Formats: sequence, structure tokens, C-alpha cells
Amino acid sequence: MSSLSATIQDVFNEPGCAKNATKSAADRKKGCTKQLQPGGAAGGCAFDGAKIALQPLTDVAHLVHGPIACEGNSWDNRGAKSSGPTLWRTGFTTDINETDIVFGGEKRLFKAIREIIEKYDPPAVFVYQTCIPAMTGDDINAVCKAAREKFGKPVIPVNSPGFVGPKNLGNKLAGEALLDHVIGTEEPDETTPYDINIIGEYNLSGELWQVKPLLDELGIRILSCISGDGRYREVAYSHRARAAMMVCSKAMINVARKMEERYGIPFFEGSFYGIGDTSDSLRQIARLLVERGAPSDLLDRTEALIAREEARAWAAIAPLKPRFAGKKVLLITGGVKSWSVVAALQEAGLELVGTSVKKSTKEDKERIKELLGQDAHMIEDMTPREMYRLLKDAKADIMLSGGRSQFVALKAAMPWLDINQERHHAYMGYVGMVTLMEQIARTLFNPVWEQVRRPAPWDDPGNTWQARADAQLAAEAADPEKIEQARRAGAVCTCKGVDLGTIEDAVRAHGLTSLDDVRRHTAAGTGCGACASRVEEVLAALPALAAE
Amino acid sequence: MATVTHVKKACAVNPLKMSQPIGAALAFMGLRGAMPLLHGSQGCTSFGLVLFVRHFKEAIPLQTTAMSEVATVLGGYDNVEQAILNIHKRTKPEIIGICSTGVTETKGDDVEGYIRLVRERHAEVAHLPLVYVSTPDFKDAFQDGWGKAVTRMVQELVAAPPADAARDPARVTILPGCHMTPGDLDELRTILEDFGLKSSFLPDLAGSLDGHIPEDFTPTTIGGIGVDEVAGLGASSWAIAIGEQMRPAAEALRDRTGVPFRLFPRLCGLEATDAFIMFLSEISGRPVPVKYRRQRGQLVDAMLDGHFHIGGRKVAIGAEPDLLAHVGGMLHAMGAHITAAVTTTHSPVLAGVETDEVLIGDLEDLERRARERGCDLLITHSHGRQAAARLGIPFFRMGLPLFDRLGAGHLVSVGYRGARDLIFALSNLVMADTEQHHGATPDTWRVVDGDGAQSKGEAA
Repeated sequence: MSSLSATIQDVFNEPGCAKNATKSAADRKKGCTKQLQPGGAAGGCAFDGAKIALQPLTDVAHLVHGPIACEGNSWDNRGAKSSGPTLWRTGFTTDINETDIVFGGEKRLFKAIREIIEKYDPPAVFVYQTCIPAMTGDDINAVCKAAREKFGKPVIPVNSPGFVGPKNLGNKLAGEALLDHVIGTEEPDETTPYDINIIGEYNLSGELWQVKPLLDELGIRILSCISGDGRYREVAYSHRARAAMMVCSKAMINVARKMEERYGIPFFEGSFYGIGDTSDSLRQIARLLVERGAPSDLLDRTEALIAREEARAWAAIAPLKPRFAGKKVLLITGGVKSWSVVAALQEAGLELVGTSVKKSTKEDKERIKELLGQDAHMIEDMTPREMYRLLKDAKADIMLSGGRSQFVALKAAMPWLDINQERHHAYMGYVGMVTLMEQIARTLFNPVWEQVRRPAPWDDPGNTWQARADAQLAAEAADPEKIEQARRAGAVCTCKGVDLGTIEDAVRAHGLTSLDDVRRHTAAGTGCGACASRVEEVLAALPALAAE
Repeated sequence: MATVTHVKKACAVNPLKMSQPIGAALAFMGLRGAMPLLHGSQGCTSFGLVLFVRHFKEAIPLQTTAMSEVATVLGGYDNVEQAILNIHKRTKPEIIGICSTGVTETKGDDVEGYIRLVRERHAEVAHLPLVYVSTPDFKDAFQDGWGKAVTRMVQELVAAPPADAARDPARVTILPGCHMTPGDLDELRTILEDFGLKSSFLPDLAGSLDGHIPEDFTPTTIGGIGVDEVAGLGASSWAIAIGEQMRPAAEALRDRTGVPFRLFPRLCGLEATDAFIMFLSEISGRPVPVKYRRQRGQLVDAMLDGHFHIGGRKVAIGAEPDLLAHVGGMLHAMGAHITAAVTTTHSPVLAGVETDEVLIGDLEDLERRARERGCDLLITHSHGRQAAARLGIPFFRMGLPLFDRLGAGHLVSVGYRGARDLIFALSNLVMADTEQHHGATPDTWRVVDGDGAQSKGEAA
């Protein structure tokens, strides 16, 4: 048994991850785990991440070994969809108590597994480790092994207690559990040259089903989706697929890469968000399958389907164009998604006035400039006031973002549409993009905005939240010192709370020239490392400043 | 904005409308110690009685002159006389409200003349308040009957004050339309109290049909505004009429006593409530209490949260004109489309409803329009349930009667708080429906119908 820390090290050393590949050896060892800032952390834990990644397996009993908080507070909270089994939405937890903490909870865990098998007879039980039993030393691997032998059923330990890191790490640890215990343990009844795996897709809002009919039409079979609408057996025999698509979040890159390593299944990183991206992904799937021996007419059939579906999607979006004329969109979302929907938005006649680049790589940023032109607002900092200013400055008519920034838009009484995970609508594939456009139209023209923008009748119109923010912004705009202050106050490294001014001062005072210099002097970039490219931009910009 | 059309068909199917005598009778039930009396055949009363019992789930005082065939032909004086005397003897009412019906109106009974005769002939009822309202079934609708009854109460019961009479600046008369539930009245009463205003509701169903257990058995209404209090309404500084149906009553009060009025055609949603609250602040001379500042913020937040679910909905509403305008305005502000609107009777308020066409028709019309236009939310009274089931769309019960759910009397739609909760209720209904009937399946986006099938055929 490899220790948890060894597994984590292994997961961090991910050659398939472009971001990881650019890091120094020391940084790589530190991994991609973002240093959580006490008092400033808002994300989920590793347990959460593992559960999110595996819970979409629908016929499995997901048993959480821990106190009631871990499962009791969070069960059945995800929008993944199942086409059949419902067991995955049943919350199972050992709900450990003081006695289990003092004497160990292994016996209780074993009994819990027995009860589940007796009552529900699932094809497999996944056992999730949590912080407290990890602290007291419950060996869930041993318990799972004993249960597996006793009951003759797969009982899979998922070793990802919350305190080992953030959600993203949990995703990967969940992948490790599948690689170690599930993948390759069974054989499919039959295989075809058209079998693929889709990795890292959770079927939220059922959006996989927006794409699956297209694959069905092409004769392409999803041998296994890890893990959206998945079944245990499908994952167990997924090693027989001919090719794999890794859905663009890097959450399960370890699964895709190791399956390539172990079973020779080539994979590509793709996305079904956006019309162009969907077409590209379909092409890639067809190409990989043909390379692996599928008849080459698949390529032509795929092109024909793409042509038909794109035409249909554009035709469905066309009627919205006149309504969208002159409407401006601000897009706040992470990384790759920033540009993956841009083309569709532009094609629908919407003008994109800005996009967030916080999680984006340098290449992402280049691509955004290509799409939006040099003047595009690229938003690094996401403080509400800053976002409000952008909404005002950009004169945006609508903001598309994840759930977390919605309240800024809503409080600013700005039309807002959720395009991240918590959304209610499915936006995948061609039909999904049409749905997105329809939702934008619906939101944009909702009269509720005019209503909620009205100040309370007893309010002094000069003293509302917005008026105060506007006044402050105007005052800052009039005062060069304040503009400079605001510029310098912009956060660069959110992990360590380092602002632009601090870095500039350090660079000037000590003549710093490299990223590592800046790290040593300011601690910027020593957290998750995501701001490295931003720091490099600052360094690149400074000689110009110094020369002035 | 809306054009009002009248359905041209001989047979009403699945009626939306109810008759005006029972609307008038319900208005009388907002008076304390009252016994409404329908001058008509027994059935007129018993249908109304059953309807109100099922809606309020309370004992309902309602009597009949029990007109027989012969009495109808010969004239109903004897029946009216008997009914008044019997009710007086048996139930000792503080007031009897007499509503004509189709039968007696067709015959042409002169009920006012009858009442004068009864008073002359029977000293015991010479001073018993008797208010008569003409409400033929074959004309108008429920809310008209209510409005007419209140107008008549003002004319008969409110004392004309002497020219130099002092007004109480803190006293306000509220003339609520029949679309205001007992819960709405209580909410309004609380709001007025918070501005330091003493309110008198005419009529006041909150006292009688709010579903409380009375301390004593009484065959008449167990609460409501007293006749004595009605007499003194002329001392109010303001009257507030809620719903266009109350304009005649408000005008009658003004003409009789000089009390000015402000009419709020709608009282649901942010804009309407803002206007109402500011009016109270103005007439009371008090700033808006912190409580309502907070509630307004809560409503705005509820609108933002709820618009995701209500926005874009194609709503079919079947409701009386004032309720239609009241709830329709709020729905429109939330981005819903009033795609099918059917109402019961003409009203000036209909022209302002945020839809293309308001049809004076029935639930069959509503159902057909809802189906043709792809509505995905139905709002009407309980009789809409079959239509909703056939249409397979979520159904929000509103109006009267609500007989297959509890709490009809406490559905609150006024004030910031009422609108907030209504938005939550509607949003939750829509969410539940989505979960139950519109969850994604592997075939949701598979192209099978319409032009999709065609293009699939082309591809094959």
C-alpha cells in the first residue's frame, strides 16, 4: 500500500499538466495545492473534491466514514444526473461518535459496509476517508480489503481526507482510487473500434446527453464516462476503450495520462462548451479512433454531422441577433472557458467588453487578445467593488459568471447568468450553446432589472450603494494620486495577499529581475503559483516605468 | 396595453366566473353580527354556502328568502318579510344584508319598497340595519357584487357628519376589494399600525373569516367591522381603496362625508408597494419604519433570486379583473409573460394588464389558449386543477374558490413581505415541477420531432 503522502506527491508530479511542466523542481514538489489562507479560504476540501469526482457513479453506494458534518451537511447537493440508478443520491455515512474516536471506528465502518450490502446490494461500495478517522488512524484500506474478501464485492477505499488539500487535489486522489482499485478489473462483453472514454465529465444538469446523441449517430460508443451517469462496471472495463477525451478541466488528468501509460489509450484534452470547441472535439475523437483502426469513413461522417449541426445551431441563434445588437457582455469565469464561449457570443451579435483572466494561462490571454482585440478588459482582481467598476466602465449589459460572483452583479442590479457548475441549465454541445443564447436573451430583457434598480422611494438618491461607489470612483478618477493608489492596491498574489505596489517597490528597491527574486522578497507567487505569469508581466513592465 | 375581448360562444365550459350575489354576500360577511340574505330560491344560497365553506373551511352565515315558483310569480314581499322577521328572531343579527338574485330581479321585485313596508309594519325591525343591494346573477361577476355591496353599505350605514365635524388625522378607512384575503387585510392593518395609523376596514373579512375559533357559538358572522364603526367612517382623514372595483364605494364615501380617497389598483410587487408605503408615510407624516426598509431589501433580493425561475415563464392566468391586474403586474415585473389571460367581467383595470389580450371567458378558453401558446405555468382558482393536469404544467392556486388546499384565507400577496413570499412560493412550485417532470434524461436533447426529424431524415 502506498502511503497517502506518497500518492499526493505522485499526483503532484503530473507530466501531463502544462502548468506543472513549467514549474521548477522545487515548486513541482510543492505541488499545485494552493496554500489555504486562514480567514481567506472559500473553496472545498479534498474530501469534497473526491466525492464530487466519484459521486456521479450512479449505481455505487458512496459511504462516508466520518462525523455527520462531512456527509450530513453536504449530501445530495450536486446537479449530476442519472439515467437509471438512484443509489448514488442516497447519503451513507458512519456518523462516528466519541467512542469511535477513542477506540477507533474501523468496526463501525465494517458493519456499515455490511448493512449497505445487505440492504442495497450495490455492485460496489466506495468508502471515503475523512479528517477525523485519518487523524485517529482508522485504516480504511484494510477495512475495505477485509470487507471485499468477506462479502465478495468491490469495496473501494477513497483516501482523500479534507485536510490534505483543496478540492482539485481531491479530484485527482479520487482518480487514483479508480486507477488503483477499479479500472482494469473487469472485461466488457464486447468491444468495438468506436469505443471511447470521456474523463472528467460529471453530467451536470444532464449535459452529457446534449452530446451523446451525436456520438450515437456516428456510431461512437461511450464505453465509460468517468464519472457522469457512470456505472461501476463501465469504469472497471474502461481500459478497453480505443481513445479518450479528457474534458478540459484538469481535474482528472492523472486518470487520462495513466490510462495512456498503462493501457495505451491515447487521449486529447477537449471541451464541449461552444460550437467550435464541440466540433473540434468531435473531430479529435474521430481522428483518434481512426488512428487506432476504426474505418476512415468516420472522418467524413463526422464532418458531415458537424456541418449539419453547426448550421442548425447558427440558424437557431440567428433570430436572436437583432435583439442582441449593441448589447455588451462581461464574462467572468475561470481559465479556458473564458474564450471557449466567446466565439458563440460574438456570432450571436453580442459584444464582449471584458473577461476574467485570473485562472488563465499566458496562452489563454493571448487567445483572448486575438478574439477581443487589444483593448479588452482583462480582469485580474475580482473584488466586488472592482467588478462593479468594470460593469460600469465597460457599460456591460449582462454579466456571465460563476455562482460566486453573481451577487456583485445582482447587487449592482446587473443582468447576470450563471455559466458555472451550479447552474440550472445544460449548455453543452450545439444545443447547449443555443440554450445559452436563449437564456442570455431571457435574462437581458427581463424587466426585473429596471424594477430592482429603482432606489427605495425614501432614499436620498445621492446616498445609495451605487451612488456612493460611483462618487468614489469619480473622485478617484479626478485625482491622479488616487488612481495610482488604486492601481497599486490591485492584488497580484491572492494566496499571500501581495498587491501590485508591494511588488513594484520591491523590484525597484532591490533591482529584482526574476520571478524567484520576487518570491524571495515579497512571498508573491509562493502560494498556488497561479500568479507567476502576472508577476512576470510586472517585471516586464517595470523597466519601462524605471526609464520614465 | 391589453385589448379586452369577449368570447363569442353560447356555452361556457368550465366556468371561471362566479355570480355577483355571492360576491355581495361575502362582503356582508365582513361586518360583525351580520347575516347575508339572498333573495332568491334556496339553491342560490346553498351553492354559495357550499362554495364558501369549502374555501374558508368555516361555518358560513348565509340565509335565503326561499322563493318558490309561486312566490316568484306573485312577488316576493311575503318571503322577504318572513325572512327578515325570522332571522331577527332566531339569530339576533346586528345587520342583515339583502342581495337580490336572478330570479327576483327577473320578476322585478321592488325590494327597497318591501323593506320600507316591513319596517312600517314591524316595530321590532324598524331600526334594524337592513342594507339591500341589487345583484342579478345574469349580469356582472363576483367582484362586481362585492363592490356594489360595499357601496351600498357606505350609502346606508355611514353617517353624514356635520359640516364642522373634526376629522381624526390618524384614522384611515380601507376599502379592500374581494381579491384581498383575510391574511392580506391583517398585513395591511399591521403596516398601517406601524405608521401610527388606525385603520377601519370595510368590509373586514379578517375579523370573521380568518379561521379563528370563536369564543361563543353565533349563527351570524363572528367578527368584522361593527355597524357603529361603519357609521363613524366619516371621521377618517383618508380612505384607501384597493382594486378598481372599490372606486364606486370610495366615491360614495367621499360624496357622503367628504373623506378623500386614494385608489391603488394593484398592491402586489415592488412598485405598487413603494407607492403604498410612501403614501402612508405622507399621510402619517412619519418616516418609513426600519422594518419596511428591511422588508423592501428582502423583496428586491427575492426578486433577484426568483427571476431565474419566474422570468421567461409563459403564464396563463384566470382571475377576476382586479386579481389579474394585481398579480399580473408582479409577474410581469419578474419577467414572466402573461401569455393567456382570461377574466370574468369588464373593468377599466383590464386595459392596463401587461398582455396583448384579455378575454372575458371561461377556463376552457384559458386551457385552449394555454395549450396553443405553450404556457408553462397556470394560475387560477382550484377549478383549474383539471386543466393543469391535462396541460401537464405547474399550477398555482389563487383566487376564490380554493377548495383543495388549506390556507386559502392566508395567502398574502400585499406588502413587501407578501410579495416576497409569493415569489418564493411560485419559484418553488416551478422548481418542484422541473425536478419532477423536466429532469434531464439521455433522450432530452435527442432530436426526434419537428424540423429536427426532418433534418435527421436528410442526413440519413
